[in-house]
Order: sequence, then structure tokens, then C-alpha cells
Amino acid sequence: MNERTIKLTIAALGGQGGGVLADWLIEIAEFNDYLVQSTSVPGVAQRTGATIYYLEFFPRAAALLAGHEPVMALVPAAGDVDCVVASELAEAGRAIQRGLVTPGCTTVIASTHRSYSIVEKSALGDGRRDDQQLTDLLRECSKRSILFDMEETAGRHQAVISAVMLGAICGSGVLPFPKASFEQAITRSALSVKTNLSAFEDADRQARAGGAQWTISPAPTVGPVPQQSRTPALQPLLDRVRELPKNAQALALEGVRRMLDYQDRPYAALYLARLERVAVLEHPASGAGALSAATARSLALWMSFEDTMRVAQQKTRGARFARVRAEVRAAPGQPVGITEFMKPRVQEIAGTLPAALGRWLLASPRIGKFVGRWTHGRRIRTDTVCGFLLLYTLAAARRWRRSTLRFRQEDERIGAWLGHIIGLAPDNYEMAVELARAQRLIKGYGETHEKGWRNFCRLVGQVDVLRARADGAQILARLQSAALADEEGAALDLALSDLSAEAVVRSTSSRLDTA
Amino acid sequence: MAERSFTKQVQLLRLGLGEEFRGEGILAVTKALLQSGVAYVGGYQGAPISHLMDVLTDAEDILTELGVHFEASASEAAAAAMLAASINYPLRGAVTWKSTVGTNVASDALSNLASAGVKGGALIILGEDYGEGASIMQERTHAFAMKSQIWLLDPRPQLDSIVAAVEQGFELSEASNSPVMLMLRIRACHVYGRFVAKDNRRPAFTTAQALAHPQRDYGRIILPPSTYAQEREKIENRLPAAERFIVQRKLNEMLPGTIEDVGIVLQGGLYNNALRALELLGLADVMGTSRLPLYVLNVTYPLVAAEWQRFCKDKRAVLVIEEGQPNYIEQAAGSILRPVDLAVRIVGKEVLPTHGEYTVDVLRAGIRNFTERWAPGARPAAAVPAALPQMSPSVTERLAALVPPRPPGLCTGCPERPFFAAMKLLQRETGPLHISADIGCHSFATLPPFNMGNSIMGYGLGAAAASAFNGAGGGHRAVAIMGDGGFWHNGLTSGIGNSVFNKHDDVTVIVDNGYSAATGGQDIPSSRSANTRRQANNSIVDAVRGVGIKWVKRTRTYDMRQTLRILRAALRTDFKGPKVIVAEGECQLTRQRRIRPANRAAIDRGERVLTQRFGVDPETCTGDHSCIRLSGCPSLTIRKSVDPLREDPVAHVDETCVGCGVCGEIADAAVLCPSFYRADLIFNASRWDSLLCRLRTAVIGFLQRSSEQRLSRDAL
Repeated sequence: MNERTIKLTIAALGGQGGGVLADWLIEIAEFNDYLVQSTSVPGVAQRTGATIYYLEFFPRAAALLAGHEPVMALVPAAGDVDCVVASELAEAGRAIQRGLVTPGCTTVIASTHRSYSIVEKSALGDGRRDDQQLTDLLRECSKRSILFDMEETAGRHQAVISAVMLGAICGSGVLPFPKASFEQAITRSALSVKTNLSAFEDADRQARAGGAQWTISPAPTVGPVPQQSRTPALQPLLDRVRELPKNAQALALEGVRRMLDYQDRPYAALYLARLERVAVLEHPASGAGALSAATARSLALWMSFEDTMRVAQQKTRGARFARVRAEVRAAPGQPVGITEFMKPRVQEIAGTLPAALGRWLLASPRIGKFVGRWTHGRRIRTDTVCGFLLLYTLAAARRWRRSTLRFRQEDERIGAWLGHIIGLAPDNYEMAVELARAQRLIKGYGETHEKGWRNFCRLVGQVDVLRARADGAQILARLQSAALADEEGAALDLALSDLSAEAVVRSTSSRLDTA
Repeated sequence: MAERSFTKQVQLLRLGLGEEFRGEGILAVTKALLQSGVAYVGGYQGAPISHLMDVLTDAEDILTELGVHFEASASEAAAAAMLAASINYPLRGAVTWKSTVGTNVASDALSNLASAGVKGGALIILGEDYGEGASIMQERTHAFAMKSQIWLLDPRPQLDSIVAAVEQGFELSEASNSPVMLMLRIRACHVYGRFVAKDNRRPAFTTAQALAHPQRDYGRIILPPSTYAQEREKIENRLPAAERFIVQRKLNEMLPGTIEDVGIVLQGGLYNNALRALELLGLADVMGTSRLPLYVLNVTYPLVAAEWQRFCKDKRAVLVIEEGQPNYIEQAAGSILRPVDLAVRIVGKEVLPTHGEYTVDVLRAGIRNFTERWAPGARPAAAVPAALPQMSPSVTERLAALVPPRPPGLCTGCPERPFFAAMKLLQRETGPLHISADIGCHSFATLPPFNMGNSIMGYGLGAAAASAFNGAGGGHRAVAIMGDGGFWHNGLTSGIGNSVFNKHDDVTVIVDNGYSAATGGQDIPSSRSANTRRQANNSIVDAVRGVGIKWVKRTRTYDMRQTLRILRAALRTDFKGPKVIVAEGECQLTRQRRIRPANRAAIDRGERVLTQRFGVDPETCTGDHSCIRLSGCPSLTIRKSVDPLREDPVAHVDETCVGCGVCGEIADAAVLCPSFYRADLIFNASRWDSLLCRLRTAVIGFLQRSSEQRLSRDAL
């Protein structure tokens, strides 16, 4: 018996069309006079979990010749799968993990897009896995790999991703069936035939070309720093940017742009002045100017803190309206309503008021309670003239921002933080860089923001303890990761208590040494 | 309306003699029932046999034509009790459920049925939820078969074998006056394959005939002295009759092999995977011819001593392939072979894992170990590599870091999400609470991002499972969760009635999504359904009031502030007595299946349609992801920040958003951030819509352009 069974596994996410694809493949195989068996494990995984389908194919003619049908297995075996089709990159990785992909025998057809898992999405910082490494691993572990962004292809044709997967299977040639029978299966399903067929065609072509030589698109970067400012009056600012350490220039340029957008020219000048105070501390040995770069980034983010006026400014931009329309695929002229969800607390209202008034509001519980009545969730229709004008006026009020309570607070905090960096840099440069980076702990709005600020303060509190230590920078970095590990702050508590325990041990042993 | 519709496939049930049936295992079982002249069918949904209930529901026309009575039973106990019709009358009946959980629920009725014995064939079709994809604790149905003396069929996972098992099951049941269980593993339920059909048969004896001439036999009643007689009858008459039938009809298969001094005994359900393992070891060919003799147990209980002795005679060693634990078959083999002094060595769990699913890889390793010891020359030397392909440790390590776990979760727009988000917010105020979870979609709240629920005791048992904490003090009341499915299954009595009678002071939340949603959206008594075959629309609130609840409040889950208010009230109120909250919100999967096509059709007809979805402004989002930690909606994800200064990804709502409104509610209730927006898209806008839109765009556009101009004066 020379005929062998062809084995194919589909690794998909629950509700992502793996079943439709399996049904198509069954139909195609039977049309080509093949015996086919298919099984799946939907179960709970059907609800957004990882799920797999398994199919086996065998020519009916060979079975007739043998006098009976072959025995087909219900689960794939390691080293015995001809093709793994994955609708998502991490699921392709999971297929290797399950032993379904073997270098000598398995063709991997996978989409390179990511559907992030809940653990990746809910991280406080960046919980994403490294897609490039995963792709490399797929290439390394398989006989052949056909990798391209199937979600993008499907979207381009407004088709379902299963049609793209079918096209990729067809183009890969792992199944001995003519292309016409694949197309026929789509046609016979009578659902979105036109769009699915064109997506199928596209995927077939991409697979025949071996899949794109896929690489991660680079993170958005700022363009090169220009020589000449478009607005001549800003040339001095640009010149000052160009005098900063090389790898801080692009970030500083973006920072200056941000300040101009956020406030005005003097504010941009203040940004540069603050940055320059740090940049002079770059010592030649430290090389690339890591401190200036880290400060340029963090300072720009902090100085453009998201107060009510900033949010109103962002929400009322023309470009934002265009983006919303594009995101919902609105046709030209089609009415799109935009509702914003604002929930200012008494603190936010006080923050927007002139400092003295704001403090008075926060200090008097009765007034606070009175104002609190107006703090229920506000839904503002920015697409209506009234709603728009409300936010537009608020955005325009930024010319008085410098007098607000929130501005005073943030300005003071920024000053203190810079002071710490400047004081630290001559003694412990690496640690100063980490302190500059620590601004990333302060994110979000309302309570999230306050929690981040509290964590930041706890870190800053350690600076004096750590500054003398050679591993101070590493410890500060570790504390940052701990602060971003969980919402409740448990990891940071643990890290800090470990640190103080360690300090006790150290001081005891040093006392013993001196004794 | 169930999640999956079989209305097209059920036409396969009309196939006649000699026609080829091609389809899913579950559908084949239904066809086999009709071919066997079944008179009544019932059951309770649950993976992997949910689709069997869906097929039966969709096939009600065909069932009615054939005179077959079908019920979507209230529970497995109700389904099992229905088999009582076969005690006194020659009626063939079949019921189905998920095992072992359903068998646990049904076991009272099953024990009594097995003791009384049956006149008509009684078949219990069990979806054995064991191994990968299972959603329940891992146990075997085998124990139930042994304790109650119900015969257990475990056929090969091919459609022809499954269909034959259904037909033979009825005959075995009638020949031995005992109920018969037919167990199908998860993959066998979903296997697509072929078999040659026969004509459907109307039941030879009908329930109407039974009612016209009622029959009574005290010997079938479960009271002494009948029960003593029944026990004797089981051993002296029914068991030998069953064994005779099994041998005569060759229900088990003995397949010869060229290597005669060793052999393999295996459960029929593992046949295909075992043959593949043998093939990979060079011990069988593609067509299933094994070099080792095989004894395939399509009936795993009772075991026929004579067959075992025949197979094991002249063999040095026999491998018993038996999935799960304890190893009942292996143990029985000892007691069958020892008294006749057969010197064969029984090898089982010493070369195979004691527990867990027997996949091809597991079987390959086990059979290799067995042959290395007992038949070293059996494997062709030059054939296939014996060892499994091994991954290098470095690859394994890299994979572990690169592949994130992907636990199941609530669907996009699920009405239970805002409820559990509210529970999360509530616990920020109260501190952690003891939460007694239950079975259903809401079980997923025990997983990230909600991570709540201290125990799961069984379907509908959430409230009962919190009983011990009643009035315990500790500053908090316990909170029990129960789904509407579990509520009607038994929670109304075991949970609510129990809490009234015992004067509980705790809080029970009944999550009412309108369906038995986790099993595939089947209708239940409180479904808002227009189903004319069932009496739906029965109120949960009325039911709990009926058993004596005085404090009951309803909330719409999508209104998080109201839900939070009611939850707080339930925890703080001075009212003494059980407090019930009915949290309502229709299952979004089912809702979308209804609404999407309707919207599409309306748009095509030119009617004005408004659709909504949510979005996140990437410029305002700071990438802290606290919204995701409160929601976990699949459509709320992350993407690279558009801001070159921000390194962390920002939140993003993808195209699968159904506009349920939770994002807005969460932003409000949790005081999150102003980044969310809702976009209302109007299709086939009226003249007034368009005029208004043009006016607004003119004014807003003017203002936007002027502020952009101002900003462009500061270009670098």
C-alpha cells in the first residue's frame, strides 16, 4: 500500500471560522473523490479560546482497490502532520508547542497578525510577545512556511479570514486538488461569494509566491531633524534642538512640536531649557546621550499632561473626526454621530480652575459636595454644534492653563523630578537614566493616574538609599517593572520589602566587617 | 434559537435504504435512533452532545411524522426518569446528556431504572467529556455502569460503528431487560464521516397504545421485596443474557495478527488512535491491519470472561488500553483470568499514563514500551523511528516565552461582562468577598481579567454552595452566582427554596441571559422566545417569589450604575432573609445572530438603520489598559501607539465591536478615562438627517479649520 493519508490541522480561535474552512475542505476533497474525516474540539474553547480542527484525506480509488477503508485517527500525532494552518500567529506557535509542527514534514501556513490574549492586553505596560522571534521560530521548526497577514488580506477584500486561509492552502499545493474545485466550494456556499473569491485569489497568489518575507513594521518614529524651520521665528528653537546629543534630537524635536501644540512658544522654550539642564550632564564616557534621550521623551509626555483642556483639544480636531469616520467606514456624506464619555470628578473640576479657587474648592467639603452633584457621567455629542462648542471653548481656555491648579501641581512635580535627575546624574548616571524613564509609571486618568503617581513617589523615595549602590540602576529598573506588574501594587510592595530586608542584612554585615 | 442551526442537515435524516449519509457523528446518532424505531427521546444539552439536542429540536417535524415523542427535558434527572416508559411497555426510548456531570444528576432515576429492569429498549447516549476540550472534572462513566449494572457501549469512533452500536444497543437492552449506555468521546461526537443508511422505522409500539392499556407489575416497583428479587434477577438472569447476546452478535471484535504470543485489548472508542499509533510504530498498515492481535471491546461493561480467556490463551502478555482512572477493566482482567490459571501477564497502566486522554502520541509511547519488553522482534528494525520527534529544550523554552496562554472568556458584547465588572468595582469598595460561582458562561468570570469565584460545585448549585457561610458574620455577606439555566435545572429548589427555608441572609445573583447560553443558546423556561412548541416566557422573579423570596430586585446588566447600586443595597440592607438579584441581559451571540441579518436586510430595503460601535482615541489613551482589566471584551484590544513618544501600546476597539455600550458604562462607573467614544452610523439617512449633518459639518468644519490655521503658524 503506497497511498498515504494526508493530515491537516487547523489552529484557530473560537468563533473565527475554523469550522467553515473545515467544511469547505471536506467538500473539496469529496468532490475530488477523496475519503475525508474531520474532527474538532470546540467545547468551552469555542468561547474565544484556542481551538483546533483535524482532517485526514485518502483517495477513494485506493480504498476500493484495497477492499476497505483506511483507519483514520481523531487526533494529530507529533511528526505526522503534513500541514498546519493557523489563523493567527500565536496559535501557530501553540501548534509547535503541541508537537504538531516537525521540521522534516510540516508545512506551516499562518497569518502573521496578532489577536492579543487577555494576559497581553491587560498588562499595565507592554505585555505583547515578540512576534518577530515567533516568526523566526516558525520558519526554523517547519519544513516550509507560508506567512502573511491574512487578516489584512481579508479586510482588504471585505471577506472572511477562512476564505484567505483556503486560498493559502490552495496556493501552497499541500492538497492534491485543482484550484477550480476550491473556487467551486466558495461559490456553492453562496455567502459573500464575490468578496470571498477575490480574497481567495489574492491569498492563493501570495501563497504561490511563498508568502511575504514578513517583518515587523517599525515603531512610529520622528523624521529627520530639519535644518530650517518652516516658521522662521522658530529657528532659534530648532537650532537649540540640533545642539542636543545626537540621539535625543529626534525626540526633542517631537517634544518641541508637542509643546507648541499643547501651549505656546514660551512653553516650548521652557521644555528645551529644562532638557538642556540635563543634557549638560552627559559626560563623554556615557556616550550616546541616553539620559538626554530618556528625559526628552519623559519630559515631553509629562509637560503635555492630559488635563481637561488637552482632552477637549484632542477631541475637537478635524483629523480626529476624519479618523473616526474612517474607522467606522462611513461613506462620504453619511451622518456619523460621536458621543464622548466624560466623567469629571471634583478633583478634575478643581484642577481646571485658577489655583486659589481650585484649592478652596478641594478644601471645603460642603462646596465639594455641592459641585459633586454635577460630576455624574456626561455624554457629549461632539458632532452637534452645542457639544462641539462646549469642548472647543474648553480647548481654547488653555491660554489660561498656567494659572490652573492642575498646572501648578504638575509643574512643581516636574521641577522636583528634574532636580532629582540632575542631582543624581554626576554620581550615578545609569540610575539617573532609570529615574528619567520612571515617568512612564504615571499614566491614565483619575484614580489610575493617582495610583501611578503614588507608585512613582515610592520609587523616588528609594533614590537616596540606592544612589550609592553600583546596582542602583538595575534595582530602580526592577522596581519599575514591579510597579507595572499588577494593579493592586502587590509586586511593588514585595519588591520594596525585599529591598529593605536586604538593606538590613547589608548594614548588619558591614557593621560586622568594621568590627 | 440555538447557536447552531441544523435545519439543512436534518434533511439527511430522511435518507433511505442504501443511500450514503455524510455528516457529523451527532447527526448520525439521530439517524440511527430513527432507523431503530425509537418511540420517545429526551435529554439535556451540554458539550459534547449539545448538538444532538439541537438536531432533535430542528428535526421535530420529522420526529412528529414518525410518531416519535421528543422532550427538551428540564434536567438529566428528568430525562432519565422519562425512561420509566420502557419499564412496563415495549417502547424504545433514548435520552442524552453530558457525562459524567449529567449522569451524576440522573443517577437516582438511573439506579431505579436499572433495578426495575426494562421491557422496551432503553438507551442512554452519553457525551463523555474527558480529555482535551473538556469543561468538567475528569471522571469515568464506567463506574456508573458497574454500580447500577447498566451495560456500557464504547464503539469505534466511525459513523458505521456508532450507528451499529445504537441499533444493537436497543436489542441488547431488550434481550437482557437492562438499560444500556452508549458513550461517545468529544471528538467522536464531532467527527465527520460516512455510513450507508437504512429506512426510518415508525415505533412498533406507541405511547398512545401504552396509555390505552396501562400495565402494572409490582415486581417492577422499587420497594421490598421486589428490590431483593430485582437484585437477584440482575445477577442470575440479566447479566448472563447480556453476555450471551454480546457473544452471539459478536459485539466485540477479535482481530488476528501475525505475532501471536502477545496482544492488545482496547476500548472500541480508542481503536482509531491506537491503530494510528501502531502504524507509526511499523506494526500496522494504513488500512488498519495490525501485526499484533487485537481484542476490541465495543462493550466495555460487562466484560465477557469466555472471550477474554479465548483471546489470552497462549499469549505471554496482553496490553490493556483503557483510558482514565481507576483502571476498572485491567482490574477485572485479573479476576477473570486468575481463576482459570492463565499465565498471561496483563500490562496496562504500567506502560501507559494512569490518567489523562490517550492521544496517538501517548499510545505510541505506551505500545512501544510494551513491545520492547514483550515482543522485542515485533517492530521492523528499519521501519519508522520509534521515538517521538523531540523538541530541543531551547525551542521549548523560547516557545514558552513567546506563546501566551489563551483562556476562554466572555464573548464580545456579553451581557455578563458589565455585571462582573460591577462586581469588581464593588469589591474595590468592600474588599474581597466570598463568591460562590456556578456552571455556565459566568464560570468564565473565574478567569482573567475578572478572577473571581471561590468554588464551583455544580450546575445550579451556586447558592447552595454558599449555605455554610450564612449569617457567619465576618463583616460581609457571601455572594452566590447562578445562571438562568442552572436556576431552572435545580437552583430554584436547591438554592433559592433552600435559602428561604433555612432563613439565609446572603445574596444570590441569577444571571439571566435568556438561554442555556454556554451549551449553545438553547431555550429554557424563562427564554423570551416565540417558540410555539414550548411554553417559554416564565418569569424568574415570579418563581423566586413563589418559593418565598421577599427581597428580589431586577437590574439590567448593561446599566452598571444601577447594578452597582443594587449590589451595594443587597450587601448593606438591614433586611433579614435571602436577597435575590436577577441580572438581565440577552446573550449577545444569540442577539447578534438575530439582529445582524435583520439590519442588513433593512439597509438593503432602503430603511433608515442606526448602528453603533465604540472606539478609542489613540491620542488621548495613555496606554494604562485599566479599561481592559475591567472588561476583557475580545473586541477591546491593543495596538501600537500612534504617538512616537509613547512606548506602550494603546487600547483599541476592533471591527468586531457590537456597540453593547459597556465601554462607555465602564468609563463612567469606574471613572476611567475620556478616550472612549461611541460612533452612531446612520444608513439610508433621511433628508432631515442629511440636512442636519451638512449644517453641523459646516459649522464644526469652519471652527476646526480656523484652529488648525492658528496651530500651523507654529510649524518647525
